Amino acid sequence: MAIKDLPIEECYIPGSAACPGCPATMALRIVYKALGKNTVKIVPACCTAVIESLHPYTSFDIPTMNIAFEAAAAGASGVEAGFRMQGKTDITVVAWAGDGGTYDIGIQALSGALERNTNFIYICYNNEIYSNTGIQRSGATPYGAWTTTTVSGKTEFRKEMGEIIQAHHIPYAAQACIAYPEDLFKKLQKAKIIHGPRYIEIMAPCPPGWRFPMEKTVEMGTMAVETGAWALYEVENDKVTFNGRSKLIMEGKVERKPIEDWIKYQGRFRHLFKPKKDIKRIKAIEDHIDQMWERYRKCYL
Amino acid sequence: MTEVMIDTGNYIAAKAAVMCKPDVVAAYPITPQTTLVEGIAKYLATGEYKGEYICVESEHSAMAACIGASATGVRTFTGTSSHGLLLMHEMLHWAALARLPVIMCNINRVVGPGWNIWADENDSISQRDTGWIQFYCSSNQEIFDTIIQSFKLGEHEKISLPVMISYNAFILSHTSMPVFVPNQKDVDAFLPNRAPKWKLDPDNPITFGNIILPAEYEKVRLDMQKSHEYAKKLILEISKEWKQRFGRYHGDLLEFYKCDGADYILLSMGAIGAESKAAIDNLRKEGLKFGLARVRCFRPFPKEEILKLSKKADLIVIDRNISPGMEGALFTEVKASLYDNTDAKVCGFIAGLGGKDVPFGDIEKMCKKVINGKARHIEWFGLEGV
Repeated sequence: MAIKDLPIEECYIPGSAACPGCPATMALRIVYKALGKNTVKIVPACCTAVIESLHPYTSFDIPTMNIAFEAAAAGASGVEAGFRMQGKTDITVVAWAGDGGTYDIGIQALSGALERNTNFIYICYNNEIYSNTGIQRSGATPYGAWTTTTVSGKTEFRKEMGEIIQAHHIPYAAQACIAYPEDLFKKLQKAKIIHGPRYIEIMAPCPPGWRFPMEKTVEMGTMAVETGAWALYEVENDKVTFNGRSKLIMEGKVERKPIEDWIKYQGRFRHLFKPKKDIKRIKAIEDHIDQMWERYRKCYL
Repeated sequence: MTEVMIDTGNYIAAKAAVMCKPDVVAAYPITPQTTLVEGIAKYLATGEYKGEYICVESEHSAMAACIGASATGVRTFTGTSSHGLLLMHEMLHWAALARLPVIMCNINRVVGPGWNIWADENDSISQRDTGWIQFYCSSNQEIFDTIIQSFKLGEHEKISLPVMISYNAFILSHTSMPVFVPNQKDVDAFLPNRAPKWKLDPDNPITFGNIILPAEYEKVRLDMQKSHEYAKKLILEISKEWKQRFGRYHGDLLEFYKCDGADYILLSMGAIGAESKAAIDNLRKEGLKFGLARVRCFRPFPKEEILKLSKKADLIVIDRNISPGMEGALFTEVKASLYDNTDAKVCGFIAGLGGKDVPFGDIEKMCKKVINGKARHIEWFGLEGV
């Protein structure tokens, strides 16, 4: 499949309030193309709540329900049950949340919905920060990154949401990235026809949040995968398969690129390079990624 | 055929809820609400309840799930109490502003710390401004009837608001009383199917709850206020229709008891409201002209009727709640209603907090203190020398 083969139909209407170079809108276009119009989306507080435009207008050509920050998965549980009770079982119910609404404030409702075997797709678009509130740290923010609440760089490593999701042993989970739209599309298509809880997390580099030029969003996504900071994989009934570049890294067929190749282009890591290179912290990031891949190989190879 | 069911307030509430055929119930257990949700789970197991029961992982999620389900156009029900209600707080506002008629029982229980599971109305009183319609019941029969009435009220096209039916912990929730249960056919005839104007529907893709600018938001609030005003009329009509169909009447916004020719009218809610009737009977036997106006509906608040009462009698208010730094919430609301009657006289008592029993004898003592002219403007019964 090539990008030109994706469905032409757009449910993401032009004229939204997104920033230029926004990864969430790139992902949403693919999500809508893969899931089609018979989809209902539940959105907690996140950038999409702004992107969707002002009442009474909307940027989405599918029904969308906004809900409180921590409530996406619970709200989706209700939506799914409501449709099922009306016999409308062909509607795809999607919760669409950021990393703050997923890793942090929404994790309880998410875990509950997964445990209850709710028939829905939960998609986390992960830009590694609370971007809508103005770039604060989240549980997904990487070690060393500047945010407005980690002024000298975050002192903790991000949590591994993929592994937390896997502990729920749901029928389908995947990690994708906006820089690989065909891979994302395939994962969404696969998820659409599976019954039960499905989780897809999309790496979404944020130009204003990460401090890089708006035309570099895709490149930042590619480098996240090529440096191994982010892995593309899917989990089908506990069987883990790595995809694309991440598969090659996993199998040792290509070396992952040094993390510096990615972080030196992001203003959020500038303090690790200027005025003096912070070798210790850059190495800590590199070591952490090495440990992650060691763990991946031990568990999944 | 009407049958008599002898059971606790919670099991009666479960029966009433199931007879309204909610499509989705989402609930989380909390003492003393537990037997309510267990009752629904039992009806689910026997097949008498044919909807979906989502066993969520918190009260916040219970209300979020009810909101999600209600947004698809179906009927929803839940129940909670005290800390559970407080955890829901954010979603209570959400349900009301989204104009989704979620129907919920709240079993009035003390808020901690310290842990205390007895009756106290501070939990629901502190949710006063969420936009929910609020009823307070004083018998199991009233719980049963009010739940069914509330579905009709909340789902009415001019209302579209959630309704909270509150009743006191243990005094009603765990006390068995005989209740007349109508047959399903008659309930169905009374309660039409929910037919919302808007819902989540892929054939009509609307975005609900997106960013709204100040001028538009203010209109949303005004519309909500108008619905509350309209609810005052509709509650009257629904209570009347219920009386015609089922022969029972618990009042509408207020329940009047022996108010004719009364020199003093007592205002109270919930279980104290029921106990007040016994007190009024005894006072009347002594030739003391007391009446009761039991506040059945706290939101919308029956301020017009209370103003009328103040013109023919002095008022006494008993609150099983306290707004620290002010006074009992009912007392405040009553006084606010009396603005157009500068001669109105009203005394307030705080009683029964933390689940302390308030028997009719104590209510009589409060009333007599007022007659004797010894009652201060506001007193804590039993703590401040009554």
